[in-house]
Amino acid sequence: MSVAEFVGSFRNGVHPHENKEQTEHFPIARMAFGKLFTLPLSQHLGAPSKAIVKVGDTIFRGQLIAEAGGYVSANLHSPVDGKVIAIGPRRHPRGDLATSIEIEADPFSAQRVHAAPSKEPLVMTTDEFVESIQQSGLVGLGGAAFPTHVKYKLPEGKTCEHLAINGCECEPYLTCDHRTMVERPEAVVRGIAIAAKVLGAKKTSVGIERNKPDAILAMQEATKEHADIEICPLKVKYPQGAEKMLIKAIYGIEVPAGKLPLDVGIVVNNVATMTQFADWFDKGLPLIERVVTVAGTAIERPANFIIPVGTSVREVLDFCGLDKNTQQVIMGGPMMGMPLSSLDVPVLKGTSGLLAFTEAPKGHQDTLACISCGQCLEACGYFLNPARLAKLAQARRWEELDDFYVNDCMECGACSWVCPSSIPIVQLIRTGKGALRELKASQEG
Amino acid sequence: MIKKPFQLLLQTSPFLRRGITTPRLMGEVILATIPVIFAACWYFGLSALLLVIASISGAMLAEWFFSPRKVRGQRSKSLFDGSGLLTGILLGLTLPPGMAMWMAFLGGVVGISLGKLVMGGLGQNMFNPALVGRAFLQAAFPTAITTWNPPGSIESFAIVRESNFAAPFMQSGTDAVTTASPLGLMKFEHEPTPWFDLLIGNTAGSLGETCAIIIIVMGIIMAMRRDFDWRIPVSILLAVAVFATIPWLIKPDLYPTPWAMVLSGGLLFGAVYMATDPVTSPVTPKGAWIFGASIGLLVVLIRLWGGLPEGVMYAILLMNAATPLVERIGQPRVFGRGRSAS
Repeated sequence: MSVAEFVGSFRNGVHPHENKEQTEHFPIARMAFGKLFTLPLSQHLGAPSKAIVKVGDTIFRGQLIAEAGGYVSANLHSPVDGKVIAIGPRRHPRGDLATSIEIEADPFSAQRVHAAPSKEPLVMTTDEFVESIQQSGLVGLGGAAFPTHVKYKLPEGKTCEHLAINGCECEPYLTCDHRTMVERPEAVVRGIAIAAKVLGAKKTSVGIERNKPDAILAMQEATKEHADIEICPLKVKYPQGAEKMLIKAIYGIEVPAGKLPLDVGIVVNNVATMTQFADWFDKGLPLIERVVTVAGTAIERPANFIIPVGTSVREVLDFCGLDKNTQQVIMGGPMMGMPLSSLDVPVLKGTSGLLAFTEAPKGHQDTLACISCGQCLEACGYFLNPARLAKLAQARRWEELDDFYVNDCMECGACSWVCPSSIPIVQLIRTGKGALRELKASQEG
Repeated sequence: MIKKPFQLLLQTSPFLRRGITTPRLMGEVILATIPVIFAACWYFGLSALLLVIASISGAMLAEWFFSPRKVRGQRSKSLFDGSGLLTGILLGLTLPPGMAMWMAFLGGVVGISLGKLVMGGLGQNMFNPALVGRAFLQAAFPTAITTWNPPGSIESFAIVRESNFAAPFMQSGTDAVTTASPLGLMKFEHEPTPWFDLLIGNTAGSLGETCAIIIIVMGIIMAMRRDFDWRIPVSILLAVAVFATIPWLIKPDLYPTPWAMVLSGGLLFGAVYMATDPVTSPVTPKGAWIFGASIGLLVVLIRLWGGLPEGVMYAILLMNAATPLVERIGQPRVFGRGRSAS
């Protein structure tokens, strides 16, 4: 099968410079363990976890240290053998202080995982499976960090026809999913087999953008024997990795606004989540480390590293050679990531990349007047009117934002990227969403 | 290992920008007018250059004089974003070759001050500033703006028309040779102009509007570079072609052929350079189609049944006024919803 056979995509979208060449050909390596690990109890969507260890406890790598604080929440495991030295407020990457467990690594430990593989997942019932992955602390590794088990508990009356696996990695700079597909295609396929079995999905489609031909080939090779897994090369376009855009690209279906993919019989998961399935069920490895792309102009030795969750960002960046003149550090991708105000924050479960730049990315300028060029409308995958939304938000006409479906916006940043007047459209939309939420709450209460 | 705490730049995502800025978009359109200016000089000699320079001077002087002085450095910004320069060039190119330079200058001043700055500057204006300037001139000097000179060629380049140098509010002295524009000929004398002359621009008319082929080529280049919304010129030209075909089929000897309608007068220049002004045209794709088609219909109505032989300017200005309404009915259908916003 040639790479160019099937190429779907969604409408609109943008083409930022990919900048993936820094890391896309380097094999994933393991970074040396650090001394100090900080694990915030809130590093997923939903309720924070509850700590079950005390200061002074000796803990081992893979040991449960915090329990899920609700249904939409996740367990937390220790990434190292060591000792709990503090539980208290620590700097969180998003900028505020969050309750965290601080662990000092045991310098003499070999850092092996002491867990046994779980029961064969292919013979589990759905409930057993959901409970099992909830125990593993697994969250979506694409960036949003949504607890994975929630997706696998299908509500009454809903069935899953298709499993869609997201291998788009449409964010510039990031190559961690790319390398995972090249290096561990069999683990991805094993994860897919487990997930498809549990969901009862008849067919699985793996969407991979065409700028990763080696990943497409590796995945095609690994799925030769699996008639129910299809590899779908997709056009290179941002934001194809967004759930609903991916579904449109692969199946040509528009998920209705305000609904979940499951409402059209589809579950979407990231490729890295699939390898995590394989690691958990076959090796008993909970989510305690992940692949992180470290790149950017301020990084001397860009790489993809397996990094234990809780490692300090400063340690990672220094290990990769951080430039003295670093201006900006971003956690995640450059389109949807988080700016870091301090390097003394930990790597989280949802951290797909750490990018450092010696200068603010090119093209930044003062905001000019909107000239209504309409390019943001042609960039928006949701066919919203970003120009109008930004103007309404600027004028503080919050109620009207609702008429233009501001809450459909996924904040992918395509409109801000394309804007010739450098209007911070996404920022205005975020402000508007918050104000609208408050307004509605005050009207109800 | 770096010990020194460094200052990190904080901003919200996205951190990347495409890097094509508004001044650059303006610059590309300005570059695209240069071949048109060359064609104007070829056919109408030095007069073309003088008039364009006069209207640019008027536009830039008004931009400098009326801009808010100390509001966050906006004065310098609006001077150099290229929009005033573009307005001046476009206005100059819509004037007849024999126009007095002081009139062109005045047109530039009015276009920028009453057409743009009085509304709040770039991005806030309802009407295309260049066309506001021209509409003012049409109202103030109806004879001067409808007096056409026959086209010359490169040999007559250095012959400057005396009327260009007329002093303000004085009779312009002796008349140079004048003639009628192709649209005037067709409307009042039912005399068609050969299509090849229309295509290469060898006809009487405003400075920039005669050479169809150059405007078409520049339009295609700009559309491909996404300097403007391609839907607007395409819909205008399609609409004119369609609406002009119907009367032509009924009475071919009375009404002009559709291709003559498309190629003559200011239609191509208006469709490519004027109607595409992003500020005064609808922002939505659907709106752009409605906007363009309405301009096309208005052009045909004014040209065939109105009192004037040419109606592109009024058609565009009328639709500029209707832009907010067009935008309201032209909102895009939202993803995952069967309908459009509001």
